[in-house]
Formats: sequence, C-alpha cells, structure tokens
Amino acid sequence: MSSDLIQIEQHSPKGDWASTKPEFRKGTWCYSATPQNLSSLDLPNPRPWQPSDPDWKLPENWKQILLDGIKERLEKYRSFRLFMDLCVRCGACADKCHFYLGSGDPKNMPVLRAELLRSIYRRYFTVSGRLFGRLAGGRELTEDVVKEWFYYFYQCTECRRCSVYCPYGIDTAEITMIGRELLNLIGCNTNWVLDPASKCYRIGNHLGIPPHSLKDNLDFAVDELEEITGVRVEVPIGKKGAEVLFVAPSADYFVTPHYYTLLGYLALFHEIGLDYTFSAYASEGGNFGLFSSHELMKRLNAKIYDEAKRLKVKWVLGGECGHMWRVINQYMDTMNGPADFLETPVSPVTGTRFDHVRSTKMLHIAEFSADLIHQGKIRLDPRRNDHWRVTYHDSCNPARAMGLLDEPRYILRSSCNHFFEMPESTIREHTFCCGSGSGLGTDENMEMRLRGGYPRAMAVKHVKERHDVNALACICAIDKAVLPPLLEYWAPGVEVAGVHELLGNALVLKGEKQRTTDLRGQPIQTAEEEPAHA
Amino acid sequence: MRYRAGFALLIALAPACSGVALAFLPKSFLVLAPAVAYAACAIFLLGLLARLWRWTSSPVPFRIPTTCGQQRSLAWIPPARLDNPSTGLTAGARMLLEVLTFRSLLRNSRSRAGSDAVTSHDSLGLWLGAIVFHWSLLIILLRHLRLFVQPVPAFVLTLQKLDAPFHTGAHPLYLSDVALLLALAYLLLRRLANPLVRYVSLLTDYLALWLLLEVALTGVLMRYLIGVDVTSIKQFAVSLAAFSPVLPRNCGPWFFAHLFLACSLAAYIPFSKIAHMAGVWLSPTRNLANNNRAVRHINPWNAPVKTHTYAEWLEENKDKLKSAGIPE
Repeated sequence: MSSDLIQIEQHSPKGDWASTKPEFRKGTWCYSATPQNLSSLDLPNPRPWQPSDPDWKLPENWKQILLDGIKERLEKYRSFRLFMDLCVRCGACADKCHFYLGSGDPKNMPVLRAELLRSIYRRYFTVSGRLFGRLAGGRELTEDVVKEWFYYFYQCTECRRCSVYCPYGIDTAEITMIGRELLNLIGCNTNWVLDPASKCYRIGNHLGIPPHSLKDNLDFAVDELEEITGVRVEVPIGKKGAEVLFVAPSADYFVTPHYYTLLGYLALFHEIGLDYTFSAYASEGGNFGLFSSHELMKRLNAKIYDEAKRLKVKWVLGGECGHMWRVINQYMDTMNGPADFLETPVSPVTGTRFDHVRSTKMLHIAEFSADLIHQGKIRLDPRRNDHWRVTYHDSCNPARAMGLLDEPRYILRSSCNHFFEMPESTIREHTFCCGSGSGLGTDENMEMRLRGGYPRAMAVKHVKERHDVNALACICAIDKAVLPPLLEYWAPGVEVAGVHELLGNALVLKGEKQRTTDLRGQPIQTAEEEPAHA
Repeated sequence: MRYRAGFALLIALAPACSGVALAFLPKSFLVLAPAVAYAACAIFLLGLLARLWRWTSSPVPFRIPTTCGQQRSLAWIPPARLDNPSTGLTAGARMLLEVLTFRSLLRNSRSRAGSDAVTSHDSLGLWLGAIVFHWSLLIILLRHLRLFVQPVPAFVLTLQKLDAPFHTGAHPLYLSDVALLLALAYLLLRRLANPLVRYVSLLTDYLALWLLLEVALTGVLMRYLIGVDVTSIKQFAVSLAAFSPVLPRNCGPWFFAHLFLACSLAAYIPFSKIAHMAGVWLSPTRNLANNNRAVRHINPWNAPVKTHTYAEWLEENKDKLKSAGIPE
C-alpha cells in the first residue's frame, strides 16, 4: 500500500488513561454548531466557539448542569444506569470498534469510551466512588473531561457493533447518545448535526430543500426516467387521500448516487400503480435529532405521523435510510404514536398483510419490494445489471436495530446475476460501519472518517480483489454519501449503489423502450446483443 | 502508575490480612463467627435487593434490543428466533441462554488492523475462561449444601459423584475445584498479560478476582492439603442454617480464613461489578423482543415536545407551495 495513505497502526497502550488528554488535531473533529442553529432549535448556550479553542465558553455553572443532567438521565433510562454499573471490563468489545481499529487510539475502545462517563458517575453517584475516589475508579469532573467527552462521543457512530459481543449487552450507542445529550446541555454541539436538524425542523428536510425545489427535483427525475425508459411516471406531492405516504431521506432527491435510487423508487411505484404521495412538509425520513438528543429526535420525527394524519393516508412506506430506520423501528411509535388513525399496511398488489408492522404502520421499502418479487408481481431482467459485480453492505441500524438482513439480499439476488458476500465477520450483525454515521460525515473530519471506515473498506477490497466486485449496494443515505470517498481512497474502482437503483435497472416496465443505459446513464448490454448467452 | 502501586499494595495486603486472621485468631473470634456470617449474608441479600430496586426504579423508556439476526417480517423469510426474538417467550429464551451459555461472548473474535488488511479470527479463550469459572463456581456452591443441610439432598450427592469421576481414597478430587482455580488464574493472567485489557482494568477488577482466588485457595488448601474436622464444620454450618448457631469449635484456623474471606466477598458483591449477576437479567438490549412495529412500547415519561406544526410551516411556505402547484 502506498506510503502517502494514512498509516494504520496499533500499539499496546501504556500508562494511565485517566491522565491522557485528546489532541484536537485538524481532520479528527467536527466544527461547532453555529449560534444561529442552536437558537433556531431553542438549544442552550449559543455562542461562537471551536473545539480547538482553549476556552470553550461554557456556562458558569456548567458542572452543576452536567451533574444534574446525569442524575436526571439515570432516573429516566434504566439502560444508562445499568450500563454504568454492569461492565466488568472483560475487553470483549475492545477490538470490535471500527474507530479503534482505524485509529489505534485506546480511548476508542468501547469500554474506555464508556469509562469516560462511568468514571464521573462513580465519583459523584456511587458510595465507593465518593469514599475512595480514584481507587474506586472515580474521576473529578473538569473542563478537560468535557473536552474529552466531546472528542470521543463524536468519534462514535452509534453503530452498536460492540453491543453484539458484550456479555451484558452494554450498548455504547446508548452511552454516546446520553453523552451527547449532556454536552448539548452546555452548548457543545457540532454543526454537521445541528445544521441539518435545524433545516429539517424549519424547512422539512436535512438538506433544506424548500417545497418548490423539491417539486423541481422530482419533475427533473420524471424527465430523466422517461429519457432512460421511455415511460413517463407521475409523482404526486401532498396528495390528500392517497393510500400511502412515502417518506425517503432527502438526499435521495438531490444527491448522487442517492438520486439513482429515487429513479428506482419512481419506476417501481409507477409499474405497480401504487396510489402514493410524497410530502413537502415531511420530506425527510432521516433524523439527525437522533445524533443530538432523544427530545430533538422526537421533535423531528413527529412530522411523519402528523402529515400521514393530515393527508388521510392508510399507511406509511419508508425509503432506504439507516438511522431513519433505527428511529422508526425503535422509537417512533413510542414517541409519537399511537398511529391509530392509520391501517395495518396491506400490499395493494399482492394482498400481503404486513402484520409485523401492525402498530407502527410503517413499512420498509425492502420489505415491500421483496414481497412483490416473491409473489411474482414484477418482472425483472437481471442481465441489465451484468455490468455490476455486486456486494452488499449491511448498514448498522437496519442490521443491529432491526434485523433487516435477508430482504435486501433477496432483492439483489433477484436483480443481479453477480452477487458476492464480504467476509462473514464483516456482514449482517457483524457489519462494519461506514465510519461516518451519526453525524460525523463532514469533510473537516475526513482523517477520522477514513480511519473509521478502514475495516469496512478492507472487506470491500477483499471482494474486489477476489471477485472483481465493482459495486457496493446499501440501503442507507449516509452510506451512499460517505462510502464513495472512502472507497475511492482505500479500494478505488468500487461504486456505491442503492438496492432500489439496481432493482430499477432490472425492472421491466410495461411499455418501456429498449433500454440502452442503466439509471446512471451508463451503457448496458441489451438483450438483443447477446443471443449467444441466451 | 497508580495501578501498579495499587496492585502491588493489594498483592501484599490480601495474604497478609488472611495471615493475620490465621495467626491471631483468638478464642473470642469463635463468638463473632456466627455474627460475621449472618452480617455478610444480610449485606449480600439486602445489598443486592437495594441494587435491583435502584435499577428497576428507572423505567425502560424505549425498546432497544440489539438485533443479531434476521427479523420476523415476511412469512417466507425464516427469522432468527433467538438472536432477534419477536415474542416475550423467545426473548426470555435469548436471555436465559445468554446467562447460561454466554452466547454473546461465544461470538468473540480478535481483530487487528494492519497496513492493508483487517484480520479477524475466532477467539474462544475469554468465553472458555468465563464459562468454566462461572459453572464450576456454581457446582462448588451447590456442593457446599451438603454442609448446611442434613440429610444431604440427593441431587447434591449425585452432583458430588459426577464431579469426582476419578474417585480414589477418602478425598475425591473434584474437577470443579481444579477448573475453578485454572479459570481464575487464566482470567487474572489474561488481565495482566493482554495489554488492552490491562490498560482498561481498574483496581477493583483485580480486587474481585483476588478475593475469589483467595476464597478458592483457602478452600482447596483446607480440603486437600491441611485437612479439617468436617464434622465440626458441618455442625456449625447446620446450626447457622437453622438460625440457632453453636460456636464453631475444632474447625481450625484455615476454616476461619476461608469463612472470613467468603464473607468479605459476599458483603462486597452488592457494591461491586459482581452485581452483574443480578443486573444482566435487566439488560434492555437483551431481554426485550424486537417487536416494536407490532406492539407499541409505552414510555412512562413520554412528554409532548415543541414541534414545527404544519400550520406554522404552511404560513412560511404558502407562496412556494402555490408557485409549485403543490396542494396545501
């Protein structure tokens, strides 16, 4: 490997972790949130500052705010209290974290990331810690600890991989979420999280696409799809009384390669004649609130049910997005339900009743499409994907906070002739994060992203070398945004595609013209050209 | 530094304490022995109950199981019932197997990032050490019942027989004794030898292991090397269990060392990480079913939040909707 790439090395750590401090080196942290974004969300302590400043301009009583915040959360979350108490430091999690593997920084071992908070918990909230202090693993809460929290809680993508291996199920995502909530209380946030959250709150989606631009983008997609397939589709926005409200991550409307997935959705919905609508108000499925606090998550998520109610749809269908599905599967119904104004989703094409979502009434598009394919209701020509040799990256949240593993694989195997799995220890529940999830995917954080994504990239490199894989399919908007630069760096020559992009390539539309290109506009071999293979 | 110093202190102090206990055991300690035993039991039980009460008094606001396999969704896709349970029953089975077989540790692997690959291989050492330790400890505790209950329950006799398949002479060698010592030694050496684990270890992590080792060592010494008057010990133990304690005469100093250390361990448990024996059952990433979308989970403190309502949003976007022809 060429020497101008980041060197990945691991050393045995020495000394006492409690007396080391993080170095805010450029490339390893995210810029602070602007005062405007804090104000627009009514969050505390808006001020200009940067993590590299010596003075973080914390509120005068910051220590009391944090201790009160910890106490409140210990009383509200059993998970938090248990995870503070249970750990035996067996070290099973140590080498499971992609940030530890990529950075070699021992404080990126999940156990130590949690100890950053646990040491404060012991000192201020346990008898032994109050009595014996450092001997009992306690630590004074100082400004240096706050800086350390900021550094390491924004070097965790809440991917939950460590919790798969923990004998007590301790979930670092839970600890990081609480840690970030605490930092929020004293105004230590990052702009890459709060800017999208603020836009989502005010305008309707993370990218801040206003209604008329959304309409323009969708119209453009309609034209483009017609050019490729010869079929003109209709894309309703805000249609009252539609059967289904469709909610996708906003990157799908605007960014490549997400956009090709959007083309796939549109072609599919047209082909099966789905009575659906987009919404300009609830034009975001993703939820950057999740990366900030439970409360902000709830504030952003509320729009989906509100809009479903206003539009009087029967049920909600969700697009390809990772964290979005963590929120929908594990939080939405509890936070903003009950969705008693909706009906249990029934596929209008196959008649399948999706009983497993009878309460939330929101279905994942991979579940919906897998059912269509299985019941033989759509025609697929996988040869149109023959220029792709595909592998599948399980996004963290659909894998470890849901278990959506076989549906996307079924779609891929039906849509592509060349499908290869990455090594077992890197897929399904063992999947490695892209390294940029949970709001870390900003350019100023690039070195840490490349380090965090290293284990995933190496698994991709493995199948690239072994099977000539040239496409990595996934069902997460963050993956689609951050994996292209990651792979360009570590495993050049592998493109990133959505599952419904590949489905869209293979999908045979009624009345379509002879397809000469895929949804990206890349030329494909057409059926007529290869009678020899038939 | 603080670890090295603390650890040295611990190594020096712990045997010294037992030594002192052994050497200076005055007859008057005989009178205290029942009180120490009862106090330790009380602290253990009440302490663990208090801990459980504290844990359970915090609610479970969200259902957040870590899913480690295929969900139950479409009828024709087989779900991973244990690793991604969709009912209370299968979640219970997952929890039970977690406690009985340490299934999560069984997944363990060692990974290392090199300059152009991340290598990973299965690693069962920790699982083996942990499971051997926990199960042999349980067997040993159950075998101790023969001291407390008269007549000795049949299952204890069977267990003894199974535990000593190479029964020769008056002192059968119990496999669980050997296994416990080996496992504890492994866990301690691993903590010291593995640089990552040593780096994260706290003084209390060594303390717990050291206490366990000392209890085990005094027990093994007493049983296999020094020899004690089992009849006297049993008389004492039975009287303790009947809540009419007699004084433990003729039991010998090693018995008191063993008893004293075991009592220290029991009393320490509720304040230590060993309380995981109770806490693990409550872990919300393991003991809940992944059925959020089928059955609504209730958060007791769920409170309304400030949202940007459609009416507010419409007010700001009316013109844009109109120009784009999107219905209001």
